[in-house]
Amino acid sequence: MEFAFYLSGLVAVLATLGVIISPNPVHALLYLIVSLIAVAMVFFSLGAPFAGALEIIVYAGAIMVLFVFVVMMLNLGEAAVEQEKAWLSPGTWRGPAVLAAVLLVTLVVTLWQGDIGMVIAGETLTAKAVGVTLFGPWLLIVELGAMLLLAALVTASHVGRLAAPRQASGRDSSGKEGA
Amino acid sequence: MSWWTPTVEAAFIAMLQALVILLGAVLLGAVMTVVERRLLGLWQDRYGPNRVGPFGSLQLVADMLKIFFKEDWIPPFADRTLFVLAPAIAMASLLLSFMIIPITPGWGVADLHIGLLFFLAMAGINVYAVLFGGWSSGNKYALIGAMRASAQTLSYEVFMGLALMGVVAMAGSFNMREIVDAQEGIWFVIPQFFGFCTFLLAGVAVTHRAPFDQPEAEQELADGYHVEYSSMKFGMFFIGEYVGMVLVSALIVTLFFGGWHGPLLPPIVWFALKTGFFLVLFVLLRAALPRPRYDRVMSFGWKVCLPLTLVNLLVTGAVILLVSPQ
Repeated sequence: MEFAFYLSGLVAVLATLGVIISPNPVHALLYLIVSLIAVAMVFFSLGAPFAGALEIIVYAGAIMVLFVFVVMMLNLGEAAVEQEKAWLSPGTWRGPAVLAAVLLVTLVVTLWQGDIGMVIAGETLTAKAVGVTLFGPWLLIVELGAMLLLAALVTASHVGRLAAPRQASGRDSSGKEGA
Repeated sequence: MSWWTPTVEAAFIAMLQALVILLGAVLLGAVMTVVERRLLGLWQDRYGPNRVGPFGSLQLVADMLKIFFKEDWIPPFADRTLFVLAPAIAMASLLLSFMIIPITPGWGVADLHIGLLFFLAMAGINVYAVLFGGWSSGNKYALIGAMRASAQTLSYEVFMGLALMGVVAMAGSFNMREIVDAQEGIWFVIPQFFGFCTFLLAGVAVTHRAPFDQPEAEQELADGYHVEYSSMKFGMFFIGEYVGMVLVSALIVTLFFGGWHGPLLPPIVWFALKTGFFLVLFVLLRAALPRPRYDRVMSFGWKVCLPLTLVNLLVTGAVILLVSPQ
């Protein structure tokens, strides 16, 4: 399992790098999907298949589809690719790269001092265990999260509602107006 | 023969089983293309393909030869990487889902305890095949088809998962073998009738088969997302659709119709008979029903099926708690 963990971790890091440096937005999203699947693989190798499956279903299967959907609707062409390439000039990424390197050094040093072997070997978490934990000690958080999602849903349906048609009668008039 | 230990033998048998199931799924998908045309001919009072071989039985070979020897053309305006990747995703994600289906007590590839979630994950990945295929073709009809397909699949996947949760709650597990074992007394189609109805609808919609084939509507979109594809790349999409049909049929049998359970006949025969029944039902739906308007398909999914599955899940949960309070 340790081998699978490091391999999928490496894929996740490389794919995320691909998201940042890919000039084509659709290709960048493809890298992001690969990265999410790799993170799901990390979950699998850590003994949490339920979290891994949900990662794929929710992030790769639903949220990213909407991202891809929107980017495709925008019909970005060569101009967008050129702009992305211009943004990736050394002057732009030099500053953030230094800051990120500092963070990386901190992370590596912290990991170096801890016991890495303990983290990877773990017991397999079943869906039942996750459910019992969520609806036991964490019930309040789950309910609050549900309320937050409901509020978001109501807001989205309010923002996205269509204006009432001016004429209720006349079935084909609305179709012609739309065109 | 010191290396031929029981462990090696078990691994070898498991690999052989996996290979047989893989080839069986692809072959059944390919055979269904011809069976469907014959059945459509029967129901629509015409002949269908009956010239190649006795009763048209070799039509499949002729189709295969044709599709293999066609020019494999990639349009110069297409995005090559995604154009090649899309049919592979279409086929691979569906074939991987066969992994979780227990065919008989002894046959099956993987016995995952997140079984059903694995199928939902693969169905989620499958959307990208259509989406990337349509976009990378650089063709407006393909793009519209891809948009329709992904919006439709996304909407119907929402309650496809919810429709199955009733079954999961009754069996108390995501594991497919445990779900089949839980149906030894009574098939889940009876207590979970609404779950079955909505899952069937969602299954037809997610494989975009008629009457939910608006993404490919030939009159409006000239074949939708795979209009630029040719040769075996088109073949992958085409066979993929039928493999999806086989997959959904096998899943319905496993989840709602007791899998391999049945009197007298051996398990494999029962499984094959039940799956065959649902495959024929898929074809009958195509033969009998006209194609509804796209916005009606979407509002039907969100306004009828989604509330229905939610109510079904609520009632199932309440009944389970009433019958066996812990």
